[in-house]
Amino acid sequence: MSAPVTDTPTGFTEKKASTRDTLLPWITTPVLVLVLLLAWHFYVSLANVSAFILPAPAKVWDAWMDMLSSSRAWSHTWLTVYVTLVGFAWALVVGVGLGVLLGRMRWLELTLNPFIIATQVIPKVALLPLFVVWFGFGNTSKVIVAAILAFFPILTNTVLGVKSVDMGHHDVMTSLNASRWQIFRRLELPSSLPYILTGMEVGIVLAIIGAIVGEYLGGNAGLGFMLVSKMNGYETDGLFAVIIQMTLLGFFFYFATGALRRLLIPWHQSVNLK
Amino acid sequence: MDTSAIGHSAQTPAISIDRIEKWFGTRDNPVHALAPTDLNVPEGELLVLLGPSGCGKTTLLRMIGGLLEPTSGTLSIEGQSLWRGGERHGEALAELGMVFQDANLFPWLTIEDNIALPLELKGVGRKERIARAHELIKLVGITGFEKRWPRELSGGMRQRAAIARALSYDPKILLMDEPFGALDAMTRDSMNLELQRIWMETRKTIVLVTHSISEAVFLADRIVLLSPRPGRIDTIIDVPMPRPRSLDVQAANEFQTVAKQLRHRLAEIS
Repeated sequence: MSAPVTDTPTGFTEKKASTRDTLLPWITTPVLVLVLLLAWHFYVSLANVSAFILPAPAKVWDAWMDMLSSSRAWSHTWLTVYVTLVGFAWALVVGVGLGVLLGRMRWLELTLNPFIIATQVIPKVALLPLFVVWFGFGNTSKVIVAAILAFFPILTNTVLGVKSVDMGHHDVMTSLNASRWQIFRRLELPSSLPYILTGMEVGIVLAIIGAIVGEYLGGNAGLGFMLVSKMNGYETDGLFAVIIQMTLLGFFFYFATGALRRLLIPWHQSVNLK
Repeated sequence: MDTSAIGHSAQTPAISIDRIEKWFGTRDNPVHALAPTDLNVPEGELLVLLGPSGCGKTTLLRMIGGLLEPTSGTLSIEGQSLWRGGERHGEALAELGMVFQDANLFPWLTIEDNIALPLELKGVGRKERIARAHELIKLVGITGFEKRWPRELSGGMRQRAAIARALSYDPKILLMDEPFGALDAMTRDSMNLELQRIWMETRKTIVLVTHSISEAVFLADRIVLLSPRPGRIDTIIDVPMPRPRSLDVQAANEFQTVAKQLRHRLAEIS
């Protein structure tokens, strides 16, 4: 016989066994990184690889430290951060705005869909020379590339989110005689938020790529430009240093959106209960 | 049983339904969901709509709740007609609280905020509406879960919260669409007892849809049996058993008689 357990709260136990799961990466990740670094180090020293092809980890470390102490390198970094964030912000505003409209109006979605797919399949980086012709070598053309790359995942996820609003929830709002605005503000927006955040997580990484590619194709500043000048100067250790800097930037933005998720949608199952 | 509420039906009925009818589908393929139907629900009655699937009971309830517009006919809530020129009438709607088969709580609101949501939409201040939510949390028996997310509650507790939400703005009428249909049998029995208690404490008019005969006989003052193709009222049966009814009432003769009568009639119509 089953006891009436159904009326006891569920959910408290659902993530209990995960302590080990959350701890494990904190041990394995440093170990794996160390193994990789050692392999790299011994390969370079034993096989006598030229520093031009592959510098030793210690040399890369030195180059990165040099970079961190140079104010010029920091101004390049901040420029890339700036281009990424501005491009991302445009993608967010236009992507969410248009996504909400498309999610609600079937006719508009059908009308614009071919154009949206077209913007998705165009290799957007190929448009950069055009932007340089139109907007010059300044920041504008890079911001546009970052924005266009980040735009698409934000748009599609927002459309999906608005369309996924639960019909039962809609019935509740209708029976409460809620206005159009109240339905949007109190139901559609919070209900789409997990989807929008997923779009943002993909979008921010694409925005960094857009900014960097923009810089190294048509720029005289930023991490992308630094990369090109290190290459031209045959400074392979410097190249690695810039790549490390870019990777850390990517990590930072990725974790920032994760923090945003915990802040904005603590109720969602993608956020573990304590 | 407190018959006084029913005895007062000389005044305006809580719900008055006059020849309402519903067609679904296209011109080429119309579906007659509900044939023209009349029904009056007196103030304070617990009326149960019972029937097999496709009998139009949910359609009828959704029309009473203003979620569906009748194809023809008129519908009045507390003497005010619900539909006026294709628009739902806010004052009539304010007297209706709806509870669905799924609790339909918003997962991004805590239990207390879910219960207070209707008041928030009506512009009631935060302090006042949370105080009201706490009163209702006590009434439906989920004290201690005020700040929890809906996903942390069991199905039965979520449905209690949904009932509290429907009661938050103190409507005179509660409409319930198979509210306990998704719960297991034991939780369902205890929810039936709880609903009877809440009904006796609040003296609301309740219209409840179910396809469970025993739930219908246990809860109802009056059972409206509907038959399908097209949906229409088949029989109306009074259940004159005293209140409060305990679960033991299911063994009583009166209960068995009514249940048997319903079971036979259901077998004939479906």
